[in-house]
Amino acid sequence: MSDQEYIPKSKFGKWFNDRLPLLSLASHLTDYPTPKNLNYWWTFGGILTFCLITQIVTGLTLAMHYIAHADMAFESVEHIMRDVNYGWLIRYIHANGASMFFLAVYIHIFRSLFYGSYKSPREIIWIIGIIIYLLMMAAAFMGYVLPWGQMSFWGATVITNLFSAIPLVGEGIVTWLWGGYSVDNPTLTRFFTLHYLIPFLILGLVVLHIWALHVPGNNNPVGIDIKKPSKDTVPFHPYIVIKDGFALLMFMIVFAFFVFYAPNILGHADNYIEANPLVTPAHIVPEWYLLPFYAILRSVPDKLLGVIAMLSAILILAALPWLDTSKIRSAVFRPLYKQFYWILVADVLILGYVGAMPAEGLYLLIARVATAYYFLHFLVILPVLGLKEKTLPVPLSITDPVLGGSPNIAMAKNKESLSQ
Amino acid sequence: MSEKKTNRRDFLFTATYAVGAVGVGATVWPMIDQMNPDASVKALASTEVDVSSLTPGKTITVLWRGKPVFIRRRTEEEIAEAKSVKMEELKDPEKDEDRAKNPEWLVMLGVCTHLGCVPLNDKGDYNGWFCPCHGSHYDISGRIRKGPAPTNMTVPKYEFVNANTIKIG
Amino acid sequence: MKYFTKFLIILIFLSSNVNSYSAENIEYLKTDWSFKGLFGKFDRGALQRGYQVYTEVCASCHSMKYLSYRNLAEKGGPEFSEAQAKVIAASFEVTDGPNADGEMFKRPGKLSDKFVMPYENVEAATAANGGAYPPDMSVLIKARSGGADYIYSLLQGYDEPPAGITLDEGVYYNKYMYGNKIKMASPLSEGIVEYSDGTETSIEQMSKDVTTFLMWTAEPHLESRHQMGFKAIVYLIILTILVYFSMKKIWSRIETEV
Repeated sequence: MSDQEYIPKSKFGKWFNDRLPLLSLASHLTDYPTPKNLNYWWTFGGILTFCLITQIVTGLTLAMHYIAHADMAFESVEHIMRDVNYGWLIRYIHANGASMFFLAVYIHIFRSLFYGSYKSPREIIWIIGIIIYLLMMAAAFMGYVLPWGQMSFWGATVITNLFSAIPLVGEGIVTWLWGGYSVDNPTLTRFFTLHYLIPFLILGLVVLHIWALHVPGNNNPVGIDIKKPSKDTVPFHPYIVIKDGFALLMFMIVFAFFVFYAPNILGHADNYIEANPLVTPAHIVPEWYLLPFYAILRSVPDKLLGVIAMLSAILILAALPWLDTSKIRSAVFRPLYKQFYWILVADVLILGYVGAMPAEGLYLLIARVATAYYFLHFLVILPVLGLKEKTLPVPLSITDPVLGGSPNIAMAKNKESLSQ
Repeated sequence: MSEKKTNRRDFLFTATYAVGAVGVGATVWPMIDQMNPDASVKALASTEVDVSSLTPGKTITVLWRGKPVFIRRRTEEEIAEAKSVKMEELKDPEKDEDRAKNPEWLVMLGVCTHLGCVPLNDKGDYNGWFCPCHGSHYDISGRIRKGPAPTNMTVPKYEFVNANTIKIG
Repeated sequence: MKYFTKFLIILIFLSSNVNSYSAENIEYLKTDWSFKGLFGKFDRGALQRGYQVYTEVCASCHSMKYLSYRNLAEKGGPEFSEAQAKVIAASFEVTDGPNADGEMFKRPGKLSDKFVMPYENVEAATAANGGAYPPDMSVLIKARSGGADYIYSLLQGYDEPPAGITLDEGVYYNKYMYGNKIKMASPLSEGIVEYSDGTETSIEQMSKDVTTFLMWTAEPHLESRHQMGFKAIVYLIILTILVYFSMKKIWSRIETEV
């Protein structure tokens, strides 16, 4: 398989492959030995690739009609929605595609957290993933500014003002970001440029992400190292391709439902009001996928510390491979970690919920507790748990549920916990 | 594996591929069609021109669908000259009567049929138009007489709404 | 399937989260919108009547700057005949130009013209309306979190202010307005327009018609979206089933369950 040198059959193929080994690459990708016990949570990598390509293709077509000018942006979006052939369809796919992209990336990240996919030897894959996630947030934020509605304008104002929290140079940086003394046309044109650029940076990083993945190979629900190729693995094509395809189609049904029947439900009504620098909407909220971080920002009463807390909440993930001291990867064999994992999931969902609510009274209190717990999980619980937790016996291979002679309850439990 | 089973599996795969291909096609079409003229562009397909101030022997150029349209009010001599040309002398034979319904008025797209430049008025060897890009000569009926252009300048669909107004498109 | 259920629960959670954006939760008046649902379509009669209400009542203050007269004859809209739409367009005076002398001039509207605006600019509109800009109505339904129900309710929500609430000059009480104070006087009154199809002109009926019309102006392709959506989802389900069985076949070559 992939370890063997690939030799093309045809003479031309050999000639070409000696000069540019595309055929070797294709052969590596199709034969790539993949653990055969991967469950559906592993299909989100493929789904995310689909999301990225969808966003790039629909984005390119929208850019053919969009006008990045403060006086014309809103109108050009309406032009797309009304007059351009299938413009409404392309725009709704692009707008909802951002939400679907984040939905998929959150599932992908939480899958990694559950099965310990970030642990050695996969730290680089994980860190590249965090960088992709950060770039996604930047792209999504700038994309949201482009329609130049009220939420675009005030979202841009609020987020760029975060930089003013930096001591001494903060104000200067904000003016530099804006290209003026407020969010205005120069801001819009540079955001459009960067919004156009970032997806291609993400694309490049995705190649690195997959490259880095193909060095150690996939983690798997049992979380053990496997021999490749062996009876524990299947070739990527057709086994994983068809499975990813099936999951992708399920995902597309949900996607299509949003695009065709609830295209504006994930957006905010105020963004259909043209930007007005004189009036702030009553209730400013970011898109749903940024709400947990927004809640963290607001839960800290100090401007600078709030920004630091929000950034740390993301950057702390990059340190995760070293914060988690456990030698066992999969939560299946870590009964205590599994409990804490689900508490973290609930914590993030709660943060998202309070992020959408006004920052006052009970909501603010909940946000503060949830923020504190978020950091507690990564900084205290994970390092301690890895040292103290009594883990379950781990099987030696996927195929043979043998663990030094003892019956493997974990394997049976494994299937259960995945469909929980 | 039995023969029958193989066939059924092949059918299943073929059906899956076929249905999948239909979907890919249906998805690609909107991405292509979005580049076609949109509804607002199509709505601007016609334009009305007031020609009351045009004196015989003069040409005005108006914009229609982003292209120049020449409207020439021809003199008696010009009409006579246009009608006198023999068909065998023409590269793209076309009677003047077919090009100008009302012989006094010649309405045509001011676009050289060679590579799309705008020919110059009252220039060239045939008292008509001359394209400076690659040297195509047109006569007073807008027919190609000399040079690389393959056909006569195009006459668009137009009509007189009233004595002073021409509607193009 | 458990997996899928969980996925749906997350989705529902997220969308309920989004829905809770609106700070106040007011019960809006409900009616049976023809455009809701999988096969939702506009009621042509309601759209044509709604257009009448808009032109005769709303348009004196509210602009509709993203619509053109040609839209009135387009498929999925009020579907006036092209001749009717031309007559409607010609009944408006459009400023065009500059002409050959460099001057702006007035002419009857054409199908390709945008809806004529009641005021020159936002400032003029604001000044003429006691300091409150009457919002452009092109995408109004999408720009209000309550959507069609909100506009429908607002039009019928005028009432005497409850005791304890004092209103300034030119401010009115409305049950459904955010903060209950609105600068627009109740625009509809019984019989303010006369429908040519004999439909009764109650406030409720006119509110419903004009709201339907505004839904169309905000989402002119709603009908094709619903039709295409149904086809797309049926197609995806068929392909999913085919891929599912193909997957079962392929994975049956090895002993592991998918």
